[in-house]
Amino acid sequence: MAPDQMTRFLSGYAPIEGVADELKRPDGSMRPVWTPLMRHLAGQSTETLARAFARGDQYLHDTGVYFRQHNTSGTGTGSTVRDWPLSHVPVVIAETEWAALADGIAQRAELLERVMADLYGPGDLVRDGFLPADLVAQNPEWLRPVVGMTPRSGHFLHFLAFELGRSPDGSWFVLGDRTQAPSGAGFALENRMASTRIFHDLFQKTNIERLAGFFRSFRDAMNGLRGENEGRVGILTPGQHTDTYYEHAYIARYLGFSLLECEDLKVQDGRLAVRTINGPEPVSVLWRRLDSRFADPLELDETSALGTPGMVAALRAGAMDMVNCLGSGVLESRALMAFLPRIARHLMGAPLRLPNIATWWCGQPNERAYVQANLERMMIGSAQSTKLPFDIEANTAVGGKFPCGADETVSEWIDREGARLVGQEAVTLSTTPAMIDGKLVPRPMVVRVFAARTPSGWAVMPGGYARIGRSGDATALGMQAGGSVADVWIMADQPVVQDTLTTRDSGPFLRRLPGLLPARAADNLYWLGRYVERAEGGVRVLRAYHLRLEEYGRRTVPLVDSLGKFLESYGFDTDEAVPDALLSHLDAATTCASKVRDRFSTDGWNALNDLSESARELATRVTPGDDAARAMSVLLRKTAGFSGLVHENMFRFLGWRFLSIGRALERADHMASVLSSFAGGNGLAGGLDAAVEIGDSVMTHRRRYSVETTRDTVLDMLALDRDNPRSILFQVDRVREEEARLAELSGLTQMGEAGRKILLLQTALAVATPEQITARQLSRTRRELAAISEALTAQYLS
Amino acid sequence: MSQTYDITLRIVYEYESPAAASRTLLRMLPRTLPEQQLLAGMVTTDPAPDHRIDDHDFFGNPCTELAHERRLTDIDFLFKGRVLRREPPRGLDLSCAVEDVPREVAQIQSIAPESPHHFLGASPRLRREPEIAAFVRDCVTPGLSALAAVDAVSAALHEAFSFDPGATEVSTTPIEAFRARRGVCQDISHVMITGLRALGIPAGYVSGFLRTIPPEGEKRLEGADAMHAWVRAWCGAETGWVEFDPTNAIRAGTDHVTVAIGRDYSDVAPIKGSLRSSGSHKTTHHVDVVPV
Repeated sequence: MAPDQMTRFLSGYAPIEGVADELKRPDGSMRPVWTPLMRHLAGQSTETLARAFARGDQYLHDTGVYFRQHNTSGTGTGSTVRDWPLSHVPVVIAETEWAALADGIAQRAELLERVMADLYGPGDLVRDGFLPADLVAQNPEWLRPVVGMTPRSGHFLHFLAFELGRSPDGSWFVLGDRTQAPSGAGFALENRMASTRIFHDLFQKTNIERLAGFFRSFRDAMNGLRGENEGRVGILTPGQHTDTYYEHAYIARYLGFSLLECEDLKVQDGRLAVRTINGPEPVSVLWRRLDSRFADPLELDETSALGTPGMVAALRAGAMDMVNCLGSGVLESRALMAFLPRIARHLMGAPLRLPNIATWWCGQPNERAYVQANLERMMIGSAQSTKLPFDIEANTAVGGKFPCGADETVSEWIDREGARLVGQEAVTLSTTPAMIDGKLVPRPMVVRVFAARTPSGWAVMPGGYARIGRSGDATALGMQAGGSVADVWIMADQPVVQDTLTTRDSGPFLRRLPGLLPARAADNLYWLGRYVERAEGGVRVLRAYHLRLEEYGRRTVPLVDSLGKFLESYGFDTDEAVPDALLSHLDAATTCASKVRDRFSTDGWNALNDLSESARELATRVTPGDDAARAMSVLLRKTAGFSGLVHENMFRFLGWRFLSIGRALERADHMASVLSSFAGGNGLAGGLDAAVEIGDSVMTHRRRYSVETTRDTVLDMLALDRDNPRSILFQVDRVREEEARLAELSGLTQMGEAGRKILLLQTALAVATPEQITARQLSRTRRELAAISEALTAQYLS
Repeated sequence: MSQTYDITLRIVYEYESPAAASRTLLRMLPRTLPEQQLLAGMVTTDPAPDHRIDDHDFFGNPCTELAHERRLTDIDFLFKGRVLRREPPRGLDLSCAVEDVPREVAQIQSIAPESPHHFLGASPRLRREPEIAAFVRDCVTPGLSALAAVDAVSAALHEAFSFDPGATEVSTTPIEAFRARRGVCQDISHVMITGLRALGIPAGYVSGFLRTIPPEGEKRLEGADAMHAWVRAWCGAETGWVEFDPTNAIRAGTDHVTVAIGRDYSDVAPIKGSLRSSGSHKTTHHVDVVPV
């Protein structure tokens, strides 16, 4: 490439005066570490580049990365799921610079550990005047039940994140310490996956540090906390409604740990256990992604609906380790940063190698006076807030003003509230290139970096999670909601190890044990199977109904009437071409699936969403009759697509068996219901043909019996034929097979209640003749199917 | 002067539909303090638990954590014991001026349980309430000693409030009770604590018992039929913690037996439970405090 091509490419990129820029030095020359990336970008046509960026976006779309955003304004509460806003140009940092940064991070992590040990131990920092007592006592994250506790591993902190910015002089500083339950490491991984798809050549040709080694160290460290012959490692999530649930599910899958909710856990005999389909299984290490105070309604926030009663006692008894220990949120308060520089010299005997944002606590007279005298270059907010400086709250004063207006001046406010406030320097961040409308432009950024405790000290992820501002404003205001995210490349001088998560040991191949299956997850999979099948059954009857509506018009025909009544008995409104009840079944299925995303294939998830969205779209425009019948055919094909993915491609793990049982029970019940309405011997004209059609067995019937449908041929085929996948007995056989396998895996030596009920029904159907299958007998079968469902629920799902 | 009591506290839960496995945290055992000694007694439950831990919480209150692994249709929590209670020392009022209390608090560099710092600002059940703050400010004239100020607030609240067990529930907020000017010891204590904190006086919640039958010729005190609640306030470094009973407009004395101390009710609730029951339940309390 001609050097002037690159010069041209970069010529329009003009950093802001007085602001540090990642790409260009103050003299306008490019930092050498960016050369490979810039040469690559400059050498591509706009179209090639657009295609490469699209590859990354497609990856994110296909894996279903999303971010739940809570609506705080406008139309009240609620949340929306928003697409992943990847800024395709990564942030590039030289490995030599990074090494110094990592060193500062490790020091800071160690300092935070010692501060936490003191706050929950002797309290010397307060006694010796390094921290004001009220800042600790009034901190809602300082959890009194944790005071006096010694973590089993000897350490409170194991996984931390730090929000970093770069000041105009080029030095790095900390905007916030994330110690409670830091998120973002999984998102950093997803950004990396997307960026390897965009820049795969560069990953081959240049020395970009890989992230896998960091995650392996952390995973091994967590496994190491378990000790000998101990319980499992789990990741504790608040659940699917939390904004970072996707990340929890993703990282659980990536690291191979169980994703658990508080509901999955119980404390028994003083130890933490997960409720599984085989009863309680011990858990000895928990990576907590739930804020501490919600973890135990007994000893912590009594209003928490998320907690596990007894969790604090189990931790206190040393029956488990928690990453990080409960109460770690105390270290996130803004006010602490005013005191950390002095505490560092006291506890570490050295100044902070990585400083934090300059902070003044307004509870001290000199500091308050300083803040008062420098209001224009301050952001003033709650001392106990754990928010980052750029998450500007309603009552934050910026530059001596309240952005939302107020009855008093900032100065009066500080005098009145004093100790409840801190001033923080209104920082200027560095800018990094973002590609907007085909041009590189400077945008402000912050980088979140991650540190994990390992047996050999703190490991720092060589990379990070960058957030890019929406506008060119390099103050904290520019970082407010609505920006994008980017990958961070640490570029080494030497070739790097091409790493993946799996260890490179050459030992014998070991097949891993199947993971444990929490009862709640199994329950959701079971109901997912049921709801999808319930929707499919409804669609089949709806199609039969609308075909006949088209055929007979508005004339009164008993069969159309009966089909209509049948649908109404299931809550389907026959005036609607795509009834609301059908949409509700699909919604219920999606809800179940969303609760078990960590155990569900991405393709299956996408197929289910596609099905649900199609139904919703069709509902807006389809009319009864032929149009509706066609729409139902479309939905049936999409259902088949989903079922195919799930039933043909999914690994036969335990959860899959619950999904299959749910589907089989629902299908058996639906068929019994159809047969009792249309083939139960009431002589309804056209009823038998309708049943065969709903049972998707028209061709089979013709081939098999070569005669008109009779009651006996229809009942033989749809109730008793072991080879017809639509028959009741076929489905009961499936239930029996799967349940027997579950019982075997859970080590039951005697047949359980569910097994007994299934075998009885299977035997009754196996020996029955078509004449014996009366409407009454079919109703009895349905009751027995319901009893089986109850027995399964009692035995495995609660 | 001292008094010994035989005390019974029985709390019974009856469930409409049996509650599944449960965990319960009890704070029912009276504390041992400079003015009070637990001479005998223990906390028991029927049915007996499958797991039990006896410990002390942050504020030094004895607490018992129980796990029942079976379904329960009813459960009976019982404390039976004997407590010796002495009259707290009551000398001259040497407490600092009420406006000097914040300065004295700031001198205390401690986050130990007795530190006044825990008892200022918001706590789980109490927030800042400007209406209560205004009421309390009206009771206090500048220059008043802290002790006299707290007595004045206690008297004013006693005067303003009607003792009315039907007006509030355990979940009633202080501001609701304050606006209605009705409630029981819990409500009046919560309002008083909110008010004292607004004055910058550290204040906490005390749960305990009152003697059931008054000494001959004396009036029966309100709140003796159930567990009682009152207030402790920190009146400067010299005087320290003093206990006030705003429900009866008196200082706590030999009629009061302390069970637990905390920032508000949530720190001292006699029973916290997590009974997973689908139906409703019925609770009955029985308290007997008999002088011996």
